[in-house]
Amino acid sequence: MPRRTHIQTTLNGEEIDFLCEPRQSLLEVLRDELGLTGTKEGCNNGNCGACSVLMDGRVVNSCCVLGVEAEGAEVVTIEGVADGDTLHPLQQCFLEEAALQCGVCTPGFIVAAKALLDSEPDADEGRVRHWLAGNLCRCTGYDKIVRAVLKASEMEEVSA
Amino acid sequence: MKEIDYLAPSSLGEAYAALQNGKTSAFLAGGTDIIVQLREGRKEVDQLIDVKHIPELVSYAWTDDGGLVIGASVPFAEIYEDDEIVRRLPCVIDCATLVGGIQIQSRACFGGNIGNSGPAADTVPALIALGATLTLGSADGTRDLPLEDFFTGPGQNVLGPGELIITINIPPQPANSGSFFHRFIPRNEMDIAVVNVGARIDLDASGDRIEGARISVGAVAPVPLFVAAAGDALVGETPTEDSFARAADIAAEAATPITDMRGSIAQRVHLTRVLTYRALDRALERAREA
Repeated sequence: MPRRTHIQTTLNGEEIDFLCEPRQSLLEVLRDELGLTGTKEGCNNGNCGACSVLMDGRVVNSCCVLGVEAEGAEVVTIEGVADGDTLHPLQQCFLEEAALQCGVCTPGFIVAAKALLDSEPDADEGRVRHWLAGNLCRCTGYDKIVRAVLKASEMEEVSA
Repeated sequence: MKEIDYLAPSSLGEAYAALQNGKTSAFLAGGTDIIVQLREGRKEVDQLIDVKHIPELVSYAWTDDGGLVIGASVPFAEIYEDDEIVRRLPCVIDCATLVGGIQIQSRACFGGNIGNSGPAADTVPALIALGATLTLGSADGTRDLPLEDFFTGPGQNVLGPGELIITINIPPQPANSGSFFHRFIPRNEMDIAVVNVGARIDLDASGDRIEGARISVGAVAPVPLFVAAAGDALVGETPTEDSFARAADIAAEAATPITDMRGSIAQRVHLTRVLTYRALDRALERAREA
């Protein structure tokens, strides 16, 4: 049994601890150790953004972070975006605008877009497209995704 | 990925000590390259030394004379979110906002981009144009060297065993000086440079005469090039289309690119000329605004 390290972190607002091997990525820890499978593995090399999570308020590719690096950090995954049964405006707008097809990239897009709207609630289309350049979608052609993010940005809950 | 140890020293001394345990090591900063390299088996080490708990590496500060010292592991996002750096050193922002997407910029850093020593590294021509030096450290002490002297080949540099980049030091820029960095890629974002160029122009007080210039070109040789001759050719000249075109020709002559999936030799030589001209032109605009 490989040696495992004890890590304490804040995950989706809750203080938790877990054991992991130093070689495990944060993505692997989230999915395999903590059962949070909302975060998806796409390329596993930092290109596609499917595994995007927030770490200390910044959006990162969790495949390019080690689980042990989460010590003392605040991590937010797609599971922490909705408020109980109430969808986040981004989630609602993705549904309304049909901004997903196969859905593998969707959690990453929503987490990345949340990071943008949290800091820039008035982001325009150019800014949204630029910000989301690190998230790849092979289905939608991006237009619906961008429309969903812009629609969410106009909702009060986001700009408040 | 094979099993590894993870260490997070909180001082340079602890980091140097961690290197003495007989194990093979790599440094972990943003992790956007090293974690992928280890996972894909392109690199193998016994231990990763996370340098993000070492104060010197994760902070940056202006010096009394107006220079900027950037810790090797400060993420790009932290740099380009600083309004004072945006205002005083826009050329640093040019490159920091171009490396990868937002997810990468949250973690990736100058030290990593330089330490990986890719010939197309986007921060390097910008920093060479600004006259940046590096401070390297090891258990034997520290040494400083000009950034252009750091690289020895693709992925290779002068770092000795157990040595790391501590800071990137950008000297104070002359009064009527402007710098600009840009790159050519076939799309708007998220690609590796076909060619990238950084240029700085220092004008005299009248703004009509060039007192100095520094031009650096990436992705056209085994290492990022500092084309001193191209900058020197501008000294004493007036900033005109002709003088810029001559400097651009010299830069293009210095380029010894290869043909690969990103571009051909002919395209890269052409791009070197075009990008150098444009970088000078934009650097001139900034010099006049300064």
